[in-house]
Amino acid sequence: MEAFDTLIAVLDSTVRLSVPLLFAALAGLYSERSGVFDIGLEGKMLAGAFAAGAAAAVTGSAWAGLAAAVVVSVFFALAHGFASITHRGNQIVSGVAINFIAAGSTIILGQAWFSQGGRTPLLSAEGRFNALHLPFADAMRDIPIVGPIYSELLSGHSLLVYLAFLLVPFTWWALFRTRFGLRLRAVGENPAAVDTAGISVAWLRYRAVICTGVLTGLAGTYLALAQNAGFVKDMTAGRGFIALAALIFAKWKPVPVMFACLLFGFLDAFAIRIQGTPLPVIGRVPVQLMQALPYILTVVLLAGFIGRAIPPRAGGVPYVKER
Amino acid sequence: MSAPYAKLPAWADYGLIPLINLTVAFLVAGLVVLLVGENPFRAAAILIDGALGRGQGIAYTLYYATSFIFTGLAVAVAFHCSLFNIGGEGQAYVGGLGVALVALTFDQILPWWLTFPLAIIGAAVFGAAWAFIPAYLQAKRGSHIVITTIMFNFIAASLMIYLLVNVLKPATSQAPQTRTFLEGAHLPKLNWILEAVGLSVRSAPFNLTFLLALVAAFLVWVLIWRTKLGYEIRMRGHSPKAARYAGVSETRIIIVTMLVSGGLAGMMALNPIMGDQYRLHVDFVTGAGFVGIAVALMGRSHPAGIVPAAILFGMLYQGGAELAFEMPGISRDMIVIIQGLVIMFAGALEHMFRPSLQTLFASFSPRSVGAQPSEEGRA
Repeated sequence: MEAFDTLIAVLDSTVRLSVPLLFAALAGLYSERSGVFDIGLEGKMLAGAFAAGAAAAVTGSAWAGLAAAVVVSVFFALAHGFASITHRGNQIVSGVAINFIAAGSTIILGQAWFSQGGRTPLLSAEGRFNALHLPFADAMRDIPIVGPIYSELLSGHSLLVYLAFLLVPFTWWALFRTRFGLRLRAVGENPAAVDTAGISVAWLRYRAVICTGVLTGLAGTYLALAQNAGFVKDMTAGRGFIALAALIFAKWKPVPVMFACLLFGFLDAFAIRIQGTPLPVIGRVPVQLMQALPYILTVVLLAGFIGRAIPPRAGGVPYVKER
Repeated sequence: MSAPYAKLPAWADYGLIPLINLTVAFLVAGLVVLLVGENPFRAAAILIDGALGRGQGIAYTLYYATSFIFTGLAVAVAFHCSLFNIGGEGQAYVGGLGVALVALTFDQILPWWLTFPLAIIGAAVFGAAWAFIPAYLQAKRGSHIVITTIMFNFIAASLMIYLLVNVLKPATSQAPQTRTFLEGAHLPKLNWILEAVGLSVRSAPFNLTFLLALVAAFLVWVLIWRTKLGYEIRMRGHSPKAARYAGVSETRIIIVTMLVSGGLAGMMALNPIMGDQYRLHVDFVTGAGFVGIAVALMGRSHPAGIVPAAILFGMLYQGGAELAFEMPGISRDMIVIIQGLVIMFAGALEHMFRPSLQTLFASFSPRSVGAQPSEEGRA
């Protein structure tokens, strides 16, 4: 029974840890499926988290924080679009630039506005997205097996957690069952064909990067207003890159993206849980190995040893209309 | 990547456009300073004075610039082959392991001038080794080198922390770092050069690695523009198809280019480890690998541009430290913003002002603007 409780606890933190990855990876999915590579997920998420923390601290409202995060993230996403769609700049270079601008400006502005060493003031309950209790969660707690699963694992998360998991089927539907999704995927594979059909490549790609901005804003909001009570400097700590890894790991498909994020979240939760305690068969596993595992797995996947990750064909190539 | 832009006169292409882009980057940075509530002109004055006002400042500026020359060259060499090596940070980190192993082995028995060449080899070999796997995967299996080098940065960080905590740390010490090297692995300072021209330097880590960096810059120029290998690298960079048709082995060129790039990034580690700290510790690279991207873009991947760009970033690092002291609202993280803006405007948005500039040139003298659209790819 104790093992079962431990399992539930680990799975519970898996869910919590994979949510920011899931938001960010789905964000990347829209952009990259439209042919715009985005390694600036980390920066947009960080900027979103700062905006959420700052706005929630000033107004005292979590929703104002969410709105600010989305606005700021979309602004950064549009900057990426301006450079890589309108001016046909190098998308990787633009993404790198956005990561740096976000990393520096969140610290500078945070220090200037709040003077707390780059963090935003600690938020009260109104300023955060708090845990929701699903109906009958308390009543069902004592039922064996089903009870803990329902009341610990499924209930007691913030609104954003449920939103993140609802976005998975939504994204699948939007990409594979709507006209917009068909065009978005087409523009990532063969923009010339989309152009020939009389659809604006630039406008389609701009809409895709706006979706990316909204979702990275949600990822940042989750970090600052649900997982923590305020923004802490450099709080994304490479999650944007793990999300990118998850996106590649899942071969740019929404449902596999969810499983990849859950896997990487599980590795993280597991690493925290077993810190220092030796495992039965392999003995003591260094924490650093567990931390590096998502990256190692992604490289192995990219190398084509476990299936092959083939990116959208027009990804990274700016579209030039023939003259 | 074809960019259908008409040709401008060379001086406008290599002088005016980068200058405009840089100016815009710094103007936007000035706006951030305004947003913080400080005077951007005063900030700039403090920054320049802090970096160049005294001998001490100049020595520090050159010390930082040394690291950036190496990482800038590393990124530039890969750019010429149209490979984007974002892994300079990780390659420099692992290069530090090579330096430390040489220093820890030989510092008791050899004088510094024998340890130094060995350490150079150690740094280059370890840095190159860390670049080898992404290079091999790109060449043989088509894995995107940008993604693999990013992943390798994180793997390098985990690996180095593991090694420092579990293997290299002396049993008596708490901090994750190696023991302090003995005299045999201390590089001589170059502060006397500045003192010879009448500047006073109290103590600054400006050291011999600076000269090595200048030699490396010259050798990169020779490699890229004066050797067969460099020709093949540039050919692969301009057109992989043409290179294949000319019988250049793509696999070989990608791997060799990345080995050179990783080796240069690894040599950056000599500067802080043997020139300043005399030990290997966690996070000694402090973003120099990423600054290399900005430096390479700003210097347009040419050593003659990279050295001044590296010195400019050295000024920003040193002057930024002074600035943080004078204006508490502006910490050193301001440099990270400037770095990002430079990468944005000199890199991703480098063609933003070109069309209007072309119109301007065409209205003065139509002949200065070539009638044929050029098919020149970007670096």
